[in-house]
Amino acid sequence: MKRAFPAVFVNGALAVLTVAALFPLLWMASVSLMPAGTASTLPPPLFPSAPTLAHYQEVLLRAGLLRSLGNSLFLATVVTLCSLAFNTLAGYAFAKLEFAGRERVFRGLASSLLIPGQLALMPLFLMLKNMGLVNTYGGVIVPALASVFGIYLVRQYARTIPDELIEAARIDGAGEFRIFMAVILPLLRPVLASLAIFTFLASWNDFMWPLIVLADDKLQTLPVALASLSREHVQDNELMMAGSVLTVLPVLLLFLALQKHYISGLLAGSVKG
Amino acid sequence: MRDPVKSRVAPWIFIAPAFCVIGVFFFVPVIAAFALSVTDFDIYAMADIANLRFTGLENYARLLSTPLFWQALGNTFYFVIVGVPLSIALSLGAALLLDSRLALFKPFFRTALFAPVVTTLVAVAVVWRYLFHTRYGMVNYALGQVGVGPVDWLGDPHWAMPTIILLAVWKNFGYNMIIFLASLQTIPAELYEAARIDGASPARQTFHITLPLLGPTLALVGIITTAGYFQLFAEPYVMTQGGPLHSTLSVLYFMYQEGFKWWNFGAASAVALMLFGLIAAVTALLMRASRRWIAP
Repeated sequence: MKRAFPAVFVNGALAVLTVAALFPLLWMASVSLMPAGTASTLPPPLFPSAPTLAHYQEVLLRAGLLRSLGNSLFLATVVTLCSLAFNTLAGYAFAKLEFAGRERVFRGLASSLLIPGQLALMPLFLMLKNMGLVNTYGGVIVPALASVFGIYLVRQYARTIPDELIEAARIDGAGEFRIFMAVILPLLRPVLASLAIFTFLASWNDFMWPLIVLADDKLQTLPVALASLSREHVQDNELMMAGSVLTVLPVLLLFLALQKHYISGLLAGSVKG
Repeated sequence: MRDPVKSRVAPWIFIAPAFCVIGVFFFVPVIAAFALSVTDFDIYAMADIANLRFTGLENYARLLSTPLFWQALGNTFYFVIVGVPLSIALSLGAALLLDSRLALFKPFFRTALFAPVVTTLVAVAVVWRYLFHTRYGMVNYALGQVGVGPVDWLGDPHWAMPTIILLAVWKNFGYNMIIFLASLQTIPAELYEAARIDGASPARQTFHITLPLLGPTLALVGIITTAGYFQLFAEPYVMTQGGPLHSTLSVLYFMYQEGFKWWNFGAASAVALMLFGLIAAVTALLMRASRRWIAP
């Protein structure tokens, strides 16, 4: 399949796929800028005749997506920072610190990757309700504070750190926590970047759990608010496209900026596993 | 110098925070789900736990005699059986194209094809609903240009699930494409050289070198993708609300309604466990099949 494949076919097929992949996103952006009602005419216009930002203004201020944008940013940031701390500490310990039952505990944790999270949904909801965390930011944050995937990713990477480095620091009299902060963390930077962008995107895009645990309009994340808005504004295409752009654009830009880290995390998490 | 007690305790302090979170907020609820599924836990029990009764396998028996549950099961299988092969075929095709020496602008094509993966499902489902709008949608307009009459994509029970499958395939194929691409790049170029010298056509090279060597990756991707597709929820929630005529109601959507619309947590847990059992069984089956067909 390598050389004799005609170049025209290969590049033509790639171009067709790319148009199919990007067209919905580009059109979403284009329609979001059209004056109200023009997206519901035939033939559907490709570009806005008179671009306007009115729908963004309306969807952010009147429909309340500004608040949801803030909620999403806040929750994704807090979840990313906290889970990064928890997962890194544990991942490093599983890779480099000796303790009885280390492998058995890790295998036990890893086995949970086979269990779909929905199984925990109902009991988790009841538990958080008893803790008073339903309908609070805490309901989204607390269960996401650590993840087996994150621990696994850090562990894989931390195993490549030479033991001599850690031993040398111990001989110098450094405590375990100091070694972690001063020696290990700087070395883990690439995997931390991967894990951070992974966690942020997953948290931003998550739908089912925030839908369940945040009933209050004021606390809703962007995807949840957008879903309920789309049920009220079925006919307002331009408005809904503006809301969709606001939801997609931050993560898309983040991905474009940190693409290398995202892809390397994706591959470390699936192929080598 | 080093304090032996301190260094023995340190690892446990390092893993304790993560371990507690995962234990308390994942393992405990998973075990509790089994217990919950054999009770009649509902809104009355939520108000006063004294209303809770042990009901044995009654939830399971009642679900298995509920036609809507079977319909949700059938819809989910439809989504998996059509969606997974379609999604993997597209991923593989795109990866083969990107791996070709003839491909230009590889980084651009790769990024563009991967972009849908990082988008927010709810947002693109909203876009999809507009694209497939019966009267103003771009899809029907394009079809109209070639003489195909308007299709009521999301309003016709026959077309709603295919439309959702298209969205899922569009959104997901880039993920597996990257995995295939990484796997393709590990195939040594000498193998193709040797085959070419022996006079093997590109098609033969694909079927006799590329695909067999891709076997283990293909099996892994197939299993993970299948398990993921069984958990269909957000697409129908946003696009069709399970309709029309329940034609896009998935098992997970059924569970969501049972649990968080009617607050029947006992029955909802039974649904979750049956879905888990189903995924586990299908995964085991796929693993056995892949071991047989893709033996090293």
